[in-house]
Amino acid sequence: MKFDTPATTNPIDRLKVVGKPVDRIDGPLKTTGTAPYAYERHDVAPDHAYGYVVGSSIAKGRIVAIDTSKARRAPGVLAVVTAQNAGKLGKGNFNTARLLGGPDIEHYHQAVAVVVAETFEQARSAAQLVHVDYARAKGTFDLASAKGSATKPKDGKPDTAVGDFDKAFAASAVTLDATYTTPDQSHAMMEPHATIAAWEGDRLTLWTANQMVDWSRGDVAKTLGIPKENVRLVSPYIGGGFGGKLFVRADAIMAALGARAAGRPVAVALQRPLMMNNTTHRPATIQRIRIGTSKEGKIDAIAHESWSGDLPGGGPETAVSQTRLLYAGPNRMTAMRLAVLDLPEGNAMRAPGEAPGMMALEIAIDEIAEKVGMDPVEFRVLNDTQVDPENPKRPFSQRRFVECMRTGAKKFGWERRAARPGSVREGRWLKGLGVASAFRNNLVMKSAARVRLERSGRLVVETDMTDIGTGSYTIIGQTAAEMLGLPLDRVDVRLGDSSFPVSAGSGGQWGGNSSTAGVYAACVKLREAIAQKLGVDANTAVFDGGDVVANDRRVPLTKAVAGGDIVAEDGMEYGDLDERYQQSTFGAHFVEVRVDAATGEIRIDRMLAVCAAGRILNPKSARSQVIGAMTMGVGAALMEELVVDKRLGFFVNHDLALYEVPVHADIPHQEVVFLDETDPISSPMKAKGVGELGICGVAAAVANAVYNATGVRVRDYPVTLDKFLDKLPPV
Amino acid sequence: MAPSNDWKFTRRDVLKMGAMSVTALAAPRLVAGGSESGLGATSKPVTAKVGMEVNGAQQALELDTRTTLLDALREHMHLTGTKKGCDHGQCGACTVIVDGRRINSCLTLAVMHEGAKVTTIEGLGRPGSLHPMQAAFVKHDGYQCGYCTPGQICSAVAVLDEIKADIPSHVTGDLTAKASFSRTEVRERMSGNICRCGAYSNIHDAIEEVAGGAA
Repeated sequence: MKFDTPATTNPIDRLKVVGKPVDRIDGPLKTTGTAPYAYERHDVAPDHAYGYVVGSSIAKGRIVAIDTSKARRAPGVLAVVTAQNAGKLGKGNFNTARLLGGPDIEHYHQAVAVVVAETFEQARSAAQLVHVDYARAKGTFDLASAKGSATKPKDGKPDTAVGDFDKAFAASAVTLDATYTTPDQSHAMMEPHATIAAWEGDRLTLWTANQMVDWSRGDVAKTLGIPKENVRLVSPYIGGGFGGKLFVRADAIMAALGARAAGRPVAVALQRPLMMNNTTHRPATIQRIRIGTSKEGKIDAIAHESWSGDLPGGGPETAVSQTRLLYAGPNRMTAMRLAVLDLPEGNAMRAPGEAPGMMALEIAIDEIAEKVGMDPVEFRVLNDTQVDPENPKRPFSQRRFVECMRTGAKKFGWERRAARPGSVREGRWLKGLGVASAFRNNLVMKSAARVRLERSGRLVVETDMTDIGTGSYTIIGQTAAEMLGLPLDRVDVRLGDSSFPVSAGSGGQWGGNSSTAGVYAACVKLREAIAQKLGVDANTAVFDGGDVVANDRRVPLTKAVAGGDIVAEDGMEYGDLDERYQQSTFGAHFVEVRVDAATGEIRIDRMLAVCAAGRILNPKSARSQVIGAMTMGVGAALMEELVVDKRLGFFVNHDLALYEVPVHADIPHQEVVFLDETDPISSPMKAKGVGELGICGVAAAVANAVYNATGVRVRDYPVTLDKFLDKLPPV
Repeated sequence: MAPSNDWKFTRRDVLKMGAMSVTALAAPRLVAGGSESGLGATSKPVTAKVGMEVNGAQQALELDTRTTLLDALREHMHLTGTKKGCDHGQCGACTVIVDGRRINSCLTLAVMHEGAKVTTIEGLGRPGSLHPMQAAFVKHDGYQCGYCTPGQICSAVAVLDEIKADIPSHVTGDLTAKASFSRTEVRERMSGNICRCGAYSNIHDAIEEVAGGAA
């Protein structure tokens, strides 16, 4: 099915199941520990051995010699695989660095060996006996000092310009020119990257934790040099991803190689202390933002430049992208420059581009609003645009940004914010309120599904879509139930298996809308087949309450399958509606903090997000996506930073004790409001993404609240007390 | 709490015997050698027999003495509801209740728990017969990816028991007053269980509901 004209009325609009805040259908499994994750498939690989990964202890250089003889003699060891005996390996389309290093080493903790043994304890012990001699080469590890050598990236649109920024900026009544930095960050999902691999002849099955089943099936095949058809990926439950499991990682390839060498299935979970340097991370940025306005606060000129680094062949963190679309202004430019760094691979983490971009831009907006002498909510409202500012002929499909701001300001009690920073004191606490815009583009991706109405009357949905905590199981079930007029408990949803039709997968907040649109397409076809079987017109038949209603007659669905199951398979593809219209999601974040006047300790007291993101398919799971993103935003604001050892080139704090993420004590009760809207230009579901919108702007709202509380502006994340303690007003 | 074994040693005795034998003391039924052999194995792992009651069922195991309680549950008893998030006591995903107290099962060796009563997430409830805390997590959507969830639930159940048992926490203001349920208390006591999906606000609502119902 092709979606190339805006949606009109369709069966989803009945909203008998879709749009309801139902409990997740996988909830009873997840809360009882019976949902099977990748590393715990004793049911399918009962005799598997255990692999333990050895990571490089240099960041750049080469292996001079690797001695595995002691490890191979250790008790229980079945195989040791290194680049020397792994055979020829390719590199996946989505990988920048190779997943098995040697002789050349591209980054710290790049896998150099996997030790396979009968038990985990034996593999771990034997892995300590692998002796590697390295020749360390000089590397570049510091973005600030490599900034001057950064070049224009080859792909994408690194430079944009409309009007004459320089001239307009020079002529502006009020100007801001400020530089912000965001650090390297780690996904730090709770489930380590993990895989069980089993070979049957030349066919490989991987039970793995992966967000993008089909991409990764292809990349496993490419890496191992085997046909894609010979690879099966199974990923029904994923213990968090946030972009860190978009791609094939070393666990999958080491498990596959280990299983081949040992001649039996092998389970590999990346050890937690390897994860931060072995896998991908959100790259650090340096961002310069210049804004020029009239006396009244109208933006005349806006420029956003960003520098980031990556391994050779990598890409930039696209931190300027939202600045092309979020605010009006006739004269504008953006630019991205990419330095070569020999740190671990930079790649997508929740809202790549916008998350760090909004961390900087939304402080800049707070700063320029103050310079103009305007309330930051009013400044944002004044500079709203209903069209793509680079191409005013191109409207937004929906843009209720101003309503988000106004609704949030009212609900949060924004009028109580003191315009003068550092002026509200309650006992030992300095109190402040902060606001930021939320903005993230809505992407649509081709997605397919297979639906089967069984003789029992149950409906089975199969697609290789993944649920990384996003609620895919539930919204897919709701979609199928709505389309066939069934209650949700008559639908079985099966996900994450490459033997199912190829879906959009989970990434870029496209998964919810795109995967359900694919299920919609398959269900349209199933409805046609059922109608044909019953001899009624599919276009006028109403599927309701387990029956098909047509010509004033009500026939049970089960009658159509009396002779056998009916199966339909289809997918949704998209025309050019995303080119003719700018599709984005919008929101406003409000935060209240208190800062200890003596110690600088920051506590968050209240958080509110107002979101406009199309139809909300399940308000309960969508709200969870947003509060989770707000929590990660608090981490970005106050604590998350991979600390670079600039001499040896690695992230020092590579575990969950030293890479701090928010815990229960850091997070207050969180409020989320969804504006009631549909976006018929997005898909027949009229939905958009929401899981990444929730993080965009949060960190800046926190930083702005800290500024409002203390009067000290911090432009380098995370906002830790060492950066402002000495500037606090006298106690 | 039941003693882990019947042998009595003074601290001095233990020190005299040296570090290598400490594990042996905790696991009296030591078995020399295992059946595994490496590609050219020279030494064999030390195994020991250990018995414990897990979710009401007696378990008799012979384990490599290096096996953590977590791996004994997951890899030997196939109780994979208890999760391995970090294997270093940093995330709380492996939280189980041992003799009434929650612990990180990755930070303790299985052989140290001879005779212990262990409750895992599977012992609290099953799909179709959920423990009230599990049901509250479902109702309040107190989870997303589900990986930290068993640990959060085991912790939450134990936290309410700790407050009931008048055990103070870091944020208890008055140590002479009876410990009581509050947002601050629960957030503090739950802070050893990381949820990267960020379901904290909902988890709190779930715990509050169960605490209210229990009071």
